[in-house]
Amino acid sequence: MVRVKLWGSLRALADGEEWVEVEASNFKELLDALSEKYPGLAPQIKRGVSLALDGVIYREAWFTKIGPENEVVLMPYMVGG
Amino acid sequence: MKTIPVETTINGDSTEFLCNADESLLDVLRDRLGLTGAKEGCGTGDCGACSVMMNGRLVCSCLVLGVETQGAEIETIEGMAKGEELHPLQRVFLEEAALQCGVCTPGILIAAKALLEKNPDPTDTEVRYWLAGNLCRCTGYDKIIKAVQTAAAEMRSA
Amino acid sequence: MAFDAQAERNFKVVGTRVLRPDGIDKVTGKAAYGADISAPGMLHGRILRSPHAHARIVSIDVSEAEKLPGVKAVVTGADLAQPEDDAFSDVAINCLARDKALYDGHAVAAVAATSKSIAKQAIRLIKVDYEVLPHVTDVDEAMKPDAPVVQEGRALETVPAGMSQNVTTHCQFGHGDLEAGFAKADKIIERSFKTAATHQGYIEPQACMASLGNDGRGEVWCCTQGQYMVRANCAAALGVEESQLRITASEIGGGFGGKTSTFIEPVALALSRKAGKPVKIVMTRDEVLKATGPTISSSMDIKIGMTKDGRITAGQGVLRYSGGAYPNATVEMGAQAAFAAYNLEAVETIGWNAMTNRPKEIPYRAPGAPTAIYAVESVVDELCQELGLDPLDVRLMNAADKGTLSSYGPTFNEIGLVATLEAAKAHPHYTAPLGPNQGRGLSCGFWFNFGGNTCVSLNINDDGTVGVVEGNPDIGGSRASISMMAAEEMGVPYEKVRTVIADTSSLGFNDITDGSRVTFAVGLATIQAARAAIKEMCRRVAKIWDIDEDAVIWEDGCAKPAGPNAGTHPPMTLAEIAAIAGKTGGPIAGHHEVNADGAGVSFGVHLCDTEVDPETGAVKILRYTVFQDAGKAVHPDYVEGQMQGGAVQGIGWALNEEYIYGEDGRLQNAGFLDYRVPVASDLPEIETVILEIPNPGHPYGVRGVGETPIVPPLAAIANAVSRAAGVRMTELPMSPPRLLKAITG
Ligand code: FES
Ligand code: FES
Repeated sequence: MVRVKLWGSLRALADGEEWVEVEASNFKELLDALSEKYPGLAPQIKRGVSLALDGVIYREAWFTKIGPENEVVLMPYMVGG
Repeated sequence: MKTIPVETTINGDSTEFLCNADESLLDVLRDRLGLTGAKEGCGTGDCGACSVMMNGRLVCSCLVLGVETQGAEIETIEGMAKGEELHPLQRVFLEEAALQCGVCTPGILIAAKALLEKNPDPTDTEVRYWLAGNLCRCTGYDKIIKAVQTAAAEMRSA
Repeated sequence: MAFDAQAERNFKVVGTRVLRPDGIDKVTGKAAYGADISAPGMLHGRILRSPHAHARIVSIDVSEAEKLPGVKAVVTGADLAQPEDDAFSDVAINCLARDKALYDGHAVAAVAATSKSIAKQAIRLIKVDYEVLPHVTDVDEAMKPDAPVVQEGRALETVPAGMSQNVTTHCQFGHGDLEAGFAKADKIIERSFKTAATHQGYIEPQACMASLGNDGRGEVWCCTQGQYMVRANCAAALGVEESQLRITASEIGGGFGGKTSTFIEPVALALSRKAGKPVKIVMTRDEVLKATGPTISSSMDIKIGMTKDGRITAGQGVLRYSGGAYPNATVEMGAQAAFAAYNLEAVETIGWNAMTNRPKEIPYRAPGAPTAIYAVESVVDELCQELGLDPLDVRLMNAADKGTLSSYGPTFNEIGLVATLEAAKAHPHYTAPLGPNQGRGLSCGFWFNFGGNTCVSLNINDDGTVGVVEGNPDIGGSRASISMMAAEEMGVPYEKVRTVIADTSSLGFNDITDGSRVTFAVGLATIQAARAAIKEMCRRVAKIWDIDEDAVIWEDGCAKPAGPNAGTHPPMTLAEIAAIAGKTGGPIAGHHEVNADGAGVSFGVHLCDTEVDPETGAVKILRYTVFQDAGKAVHPDYVEGQMQGGAVQGIGWALNEEYIYGEDGRLQNAGFLDYRVPVASDLPEIETVILEIPNPGHPYGVRGVGETPIVPPLAAIANAVSRAAGVRMTELPMSPPRLLKAITG
């Protein structure tokens, strides 16, 4: 199980939870599991999300390993100038 | 539209061209003569990227008509280095990283050279006011002002 | 890719101030920018733009224009494909409007003719029948339920029902118990702020030359921050395949994010396809300001509580951004960045984006962050003022650090904010005396920084030199930094390396030059490509010496036996290995492809002294110092240049630059005379202090530096001006009339 933190406006789409738990060992499994468990999150996940793993932001990287010991935070997909 | 023949001297070479009555010197240089060193940043005299010397005077070539240059002496960035030897301003700009994207650089070099010809030992404030008509969006001007001063000092002791 | 273990590494090339490889061309006028290339038989394109802020396009009659001698093609929105993907579709519709003109300056048709003046004449002959619609240009107005609707059906699922259809994005970030936090405060300040849209203001207008055959094969030369992005947008807008389009990036005359989208290339290609000839389009400055990337405009409410000894107990912000006539997510980044500099128990930011009849927002350095952080840092400063506290001490007391739960969710690891604040505190600027009508302001700044998709090829030439091929336009000296990192890794002099920027057909995909990513991500891929080439060279040498591969090491540009057990072979230089490559297995090259992560967030602190003229409201910047954690500074001159350039753009944003719309919804200042960017005489020296706290995510510790510097100036100057003028300024820009009004009441 991995605990994932959702940003505020996603919580309404995930039963109001800030932290949700899903079975996943990498970023892709995490996103798939989230979309399945909380279909309300699917459109945002499809548009793109970033993932902060122990404070480091990953923009796509599906196969980044994650485990219960990691701090996993979803963030919107970001662009720069 | 009828084109008009014009005879000028550009960077020391006598040059003849045909242009329309409403065509700017900048367009003539860039489109007709292939001298694309002068840039068009605005076309309205506000950015200085098109700066050239005309009869010893610093002008925005976007505000001069091609036909006005009949008999004139024009100096552009292409004439600033002598063969492979850069003008001290050019060399110091490079050495002191006074350019980032470099699109303002031809205009600023021409303007700075004009300043140093008039005033070989300007204060920083004088450099800043002289170059106030040349926009640079990349550098914040700091390194440009310093490079002009370094080159000026070098030219004074030469 | 982690920071090299060799922490005390002695860099030989990295950190020096070498000459840039494109320098001579740029000081002699030889460098070829977007508008500097012509082709045989080339036509000149020109675009007709809407004079209305919002109008239905009933019909477009191009027949008169087509009849004008010298006109070879006329196109309208109907000549572009309709991509299914929203993002591509928005770009295409922004290049040429379809049913509606969405803002003053929106392109509606274009012509290609044998001369510029014929093209100019021709667009005047195009008859567009407009049905003028009500418009809205202010973000607060646009959010009202009865506001004119810019586009229908564009709201995301995150937007609550019942709002104006202009509202497309809603987001919320934060943690902790706000009520409890505010209850602990001795003082709470709540303020509303407004900021005007500003423009990137690159001196080189967008320009391109394009050629497309009816077989779908095309070429584009253009100034852009990303040739692969141009390829994708053009392929979608023209309905052709990416493999058939070759996009070459010219030298680029500034971008700052503004050249991360496409405006004219699809139009030039469509004209070229129709005319059967290459077409060049060069935007005028008026077009650049009316139709290319301004920033968002904003309206924000900030509430912060503080104890009397300076501890922030809670922070709350509501940001309303407008990214122009299209959906826009910039507010998400603003909402995440707003409180990033602080270690807070309770924080919440809520963001909204509303569409207005303004041009499509295009990123500008740290998009979304400057305005949000301006509002937060203004309130923090006012609290310090009211409570009689030192603003730097208060920042230090509340500063985010390793282990802080950030306002946007994750826990920070290594960050350089505290060191940066301490550097500012120790600097003589902070304690220098001030005179009458003078004030000192400071602000923190923050940006995420990105890595991204990157391909690099590194070739060992037969004379022992090195060629690096990368795919990101060089916007501020990156070819120099990339060559430096290649030289460092290979152990050869900088002069032996040449880095070039590939066209889209010569190298795999690269993300745009954005997010301060190039020195970080391309540098990282270059180092990896160099390591691959080195590995191959060691393998070849092992064969020559007939020893184990692992018994050969690379040092100072030579292959050497790893130790006494490996034998006593004399080192082989890169040049020696290269010269016989054909005999040892063929050409030697290394390459690396990666979607780089680990860019590492960046913090900066700016200090600014201003003097306010109480009679005119004019502001003079007296002194300005930029402190920033750059990670390892590869080429310190260009790091300083980024810091200075960003600071000055921020000064412009704070004091003068703004999009001014009339009642009619038309832009009133589309020129450099009225849209006033800072000039040399406006400014003092911009002092810089680079802190080099290695980024753990890069082998040399490199961090992106390009975006953070534009973030702090807005609040640093607003705070300095507010203190100097004795009145809190809450609207940008603080142009003389606005400031004078605030002073005189
Ligand atoms: S192009 Fe002539 S001054 Fe700008
Ligand atoms: S260096 Fe880019 S505008 Fe001056």
